[in-house]
Amino acid sequence: MYGFEFQRPQTLADAIDALAQEDAQALGGGQTLIPTLKARLAMPSTLVSLSAVPEIKGICMGDDGAMCVGGGTTHAAVAKDGGAYPALADLAGNIGDPAVRNRGTLGGSLANNDPSACYPSAVLASGATIVTDRRSIEADDFFQGMFATDLEEGELITEVRFPIPQAASYQKFIQPASRFALVGVFVAKFADGVRVAVTGASEEGVFRWSDAEQALTQSFDASALDALTVGSDGMIADLHGDAAYRAHLVKVLTLRAIKAMSGQ
Amino acid sequence: MISVSLTINGIEKTAEVDERTLLVDFLREDMGLTGTHVGCNTSQCGACTVHADGLQIKACTMLIGEADGANITTIEGMAAPDGSLSAIQAAFQEHHGLQCGFCTPGMVMSAAALLRENPKPTEAEVRHHLEGNICRCTGYHNIIKAVLAASGQDVSAIAAE
Repeated sequence: MYGFEFQRPQTLADAIDALAQEDAQALGGGQTLIPTLKARLAMPSTLVSLSAVPEIKGICMGDDGAMCVGGGTTHAAVAKDGGAYPALADLAGNIGDPAVRNRGTLGGSLANNDPSACYPSAVLASGATIVTDRRSIEADDFFQGMFATDLEEGELITEVRFPIPQAASYQKFIQPASRFALVGVFVAKFADGVRVAVTGASEEGVFRWSDAEQALTQSFDASALDALTVGSDGMIADLHGDAAYRAHLVKVLTLRAIKAMSGQ
Repeated sequence: MISVSLTINGIEKTAEVDERTLLVDFLREDMGLTGTHVGCNTSQCGACTVHADGLQIKACTMLIGEADGANITTIEGMAAPDGSLSAIQAAFQEHHGLQCGFCTPGMVMSAAALLRENPKPTEAEVRHHLEGNICRCTGYHNIIKAVLAASGQDVSAIAAE
């Protein structure tokens, strides 16, 4: 690792001030950032730990019925306490492994926007709102390609508000070595339509499969997807699976999600 | 340099350390607690698993500054002061849950966290929980058997395979 100054603010206000320093970097659970620092792929002047900031931890229900999850809430906490949104709790309980879930945070995952991370699919399929220290960002505007988001320098995710769908399911085809999603599909059915978000597949990161959304909004049944296929252009290809394989998995996993939701 | 105070296996420690120090290196090199192993150092293998405030974490993927004020338990804190093994350690010995033993400290700490939350896990739950702990010797069957045995469940019908 390159050298850095380490700060651990005890309040949100102090964390925001600390992040305003030049080349300051927020440290969530560190499950991606620490390996990145070890590999000397990042060189922050100051590392601002968020682990002692109580305001951004925990889960509550908003007046509008949305489930609000603090940006510093660990995956394990969402798995344990996120029962108001079962598909989200299930997703959180299958990220990485128990040790990773005890450290990794929702805000950290979203700010990093790994193209194979699980959480971005849930946020996008739910039409969630990302709340920062300075504004609210709709999920459709937040994700801007592989490892890219709408966040500005020093901007901190304080909370994510998830509207709770009538039914939802996350289906992950696991890459067993990393336990990231080789492909993951999150399907959320709301009163006014169905949203389908795909992670792990595209070189542009998480995306909505709009053809499937339209078909499923008209008829929420596996047969609605009969005529649909996913093209392999722009899909990730690596030693674990080529582009055509990933494209194929998008439909397979969407069908599995529909099947899982039929009993809800 | 930063100053940290933490409790390790019930003993309070204070130290001045470089900000870049990983918890695992602090434990092994500064505290001499070499039972916690470094396998991959890339947060994949789980050999460095310890408990921080009761939660299992990978000590190679936690900076020492994050452990300030924490209560850390390592494999050295599992056996009784007279050296008698904990139930999980005894079960690993009884059921041959180790061969080379390199992954064993992490396996035991991970299993201990599981049994605290879920005292009677199913085989599938044990396998799911140990996904972040890699063993290259045993093929896992005897590790699973040992954890189930440590939970007090009858494992006499489980074949060694």
